[in-house]
Amino acid sequence: MQMHSLAFDISHTLAGGLVLISFMMLYQDRLYSLLNVFAIHALVLALSVAWQAFIQDAPHLYITAAIALVFKALIIPVALHRIVKQLGIHRDIEAVVGVGPTMLAGMALVALSMVLMLRVTAEAGPLAREDLAFALSVVLLGLLVMVTRRNAVSQVVGFMSLENGLVLAATGAKGMPLVVEISVAFSILIAFIVIGIFLFRIRERFDSVDVSALDDFRGERR
Amino acid sequence: MSIAWFEPVAAVLLIPNVSAAVLAALPGYRLTARLNVVASLATFLAALSLFVVERPQPGPYVLVDDLNIVFIVLNTFVGFTTSIFSASYIAHELETGRLTPRYLRFYHAMYQIMMFGMNLAFVSNNIGLMWVAVEIATLTTVLMVGIYRTHAALEAAWKYFILGSVGIALALFGTILVYMAARPVVGEGRDAMVWTLLIQHAEDFDAPLLNVAFIFLLLGYGTKVGLAPLHAWLPDAHAEGPTPISAVLSGLLLNVALYALLRFKILLAANPAAIAPGPLMVTIGLVSVVFAAFMLYRRRDIKRMFAYSSIEHMGIIVFAFGMGGPLANFGGLLHMVMHSLSKSAIFYAVGHIAQIKGTQRISRIRGLTVTHPVLGWGLVTGVVAITGLPPLGIFMSEFLIVSSTFARAPLLAVALVFGLLLAFGALALRLTSVAFGRPRGSSASADASYVPMFAHLSLVLIAGIYLPAPLVTWFQHVARLLG
Repeated sequence: MQMHSLAFDISHTLAGGLVLISFMMLYQDRLYSLLNVFAIHALVLALSVAWQAFIQDAPHLYITAAIALVFKALIIPVALHRIVKQLGIHRDIEAVVGVGPTMLAGMALVALSMVLMLRVTAEAGPLAREDLAFALSVVLLGLLVMVTRRNAVSQVVGFMSLENGLVLAATGAKGMPLVVEISVAFSILIAFIVIGIFLFRIRERFDSVDVSALDDFRGERR
Repeated sequence: MSIAWFEPVAAVLLIPNVSAAVLAALPGYRLTARLNVVASLATFLAALSLFVVERPQPGPYVLVDDLNIVFIVLNTFVGFTTSIFSASYIAHELETGRLTPRYLRFYHAMYQIMMFGMNLAFVSNNIGLMWVAVEIATLTTVLMVGIYRTHAALEAAWKYFILGSVGIALALFGTILVYMAARPVVGEGRDAMVWTLLIQHAEDFDAPLLNVAFIFLLLGYGTKVGLAPLHAWLPDAHAEGPTPISAVLSGLLLNVALYALLRFKILLAANPAAIAPGPLMVTIGLVSVVFAAFMLYRRRDIKRMFAYSSIEHMGIIVFAFGMGGPLANFGGLLHMVMHSLSKSAIFYAVGHIAQIKGTQRISRIRGLTVTHPVLGWGLVTGVVAITGLPPLGIFMSEFLIVSSTFARAPLLAVALVFGLLLAFGALALRLTSVAFGRPRGSSASADASYVPMFAHLSLVLIAGIYLPAPLVTWFQHVARLLG
């Protein structure tokens, strides 16, 4: 219809795609497939950020897009693949809650974020509004992935998808400073803490990355 | 003139950074532990000089005002005394082989980076930078909590990492929302994240957006403050890490998150159309107090017990700031300072006690005042202080908070007093068995440093008896700032 609506539609589609892929994560019951879905998630995020960089004419956002593409869509999934293989945990994911309730909870969360964000951001531009609503959905779905899994690797994947939602929100907020720095900081966080130290140590000490195994060592048993 | 004002802030930030690099490179325990003390002392002195030299104009990244000077000085002071305690604590850990020299280097470097992160959070005038700084401080403590690499320590660090990251994520979302609210008014780009500019224009912001932002910030930073439904990481992190880290976690890191929360509270209060942040903070604070007070009764691990006590006290402080008004804010500020000092003093005592006895189980520690009179009575004084008995400082701050609440909302005050009494009962119960009675466990002599503990306790005692007039006027001024 109008000239600006193409830009609007494309960013809308990409952000909506992210929410959809977040939903796909909820029902993956194998670690490998979860990692593959996460790689797609990161890829769509990279496209979305690059598109924002293009329409906002903000070249520094291309850096964030490149980080998402190279680091999150390639390096991290490959590295996690290898870890999963080495640890021999490519069997089913132990979900705390079943798929049905999880999906219902996911829908409720998305509905919540739509109602909340569309109502409170009535004065902001339509692009920012819906971008924020989608971003909040991705954040909440990431949280849901984290609480419904007991496995350390899938919790990390949940955290990374949550963080993708944050990057989506930050890039949608036009002209926000420090976006690139924040995305770099997050990548470093993920790289160092998660892969380098925690999985290494947990593997070393427990021969299992099932977080529920850690519960046995609570400091306070009678 | 430009040099005269810039130096203290730069020093407070640079000294920890430089010393972190040096400490990571240097071998040898004796040298590095001392260097750590020297660096912390230098940072403290630099922070003190903030009082005398002229303040910088608030820039896009750095802000020094009456509020954050209190936090910075408290932070660097406890950082300094903890480094002294840490030196003697770590010596023992090296002897028993719980820490290797390589990990020690890492520990000292992380200690300084943590100080840097906390100081940066205090001086930052940019809400994005503040978020980054809180993140740095949190991550370094995650690494230090897991440094013993035992099962329990790894679990604690993992839990802390996961919950802390979720908190961090929610806080960032809140920060983005604040930016979105500010952008139409302040203008695009960096300015819309500068706190001093935000506060000037806060009344024109879109109120509903600001409300949602504050909810996210309260949940996000509230996770780090250790407020009740979001506190799950805190007891584990306190119990399983090295005790100096427990002391700075309770005494300092919780304050950093609280400070971030206060900044946003002021921002929200400046907008008449937005929801009042007070009732939210009062509720969450009160829930924390009562919940933690009940949980105190079931503790069997001494460090875990004092961790729950920290949740209780952070609840009291958030409650006080939520009540608002000059008197409650004054009480909240005083309580924050007193809690930092006495809780870290308690952890200094507990650290040495746990080393001597070789356990943190309360049931295996008995009769401390007989076997280790100095440590035992130090702990007794600390617990007397933390439970709010006169004449120590916490009695005064709690009295101020409760009496100002009574004047305005008697029912809330009753609930608060109920929580305080419950907590008092639990701590008194445990204290009598730990400090008195027939000695149990090793009675080996302690190779302890008593100076930090008694320095803190005497400050708390002095504050309880006599608050110097300049300090009172300063706090009154800050209390007015807080609205």
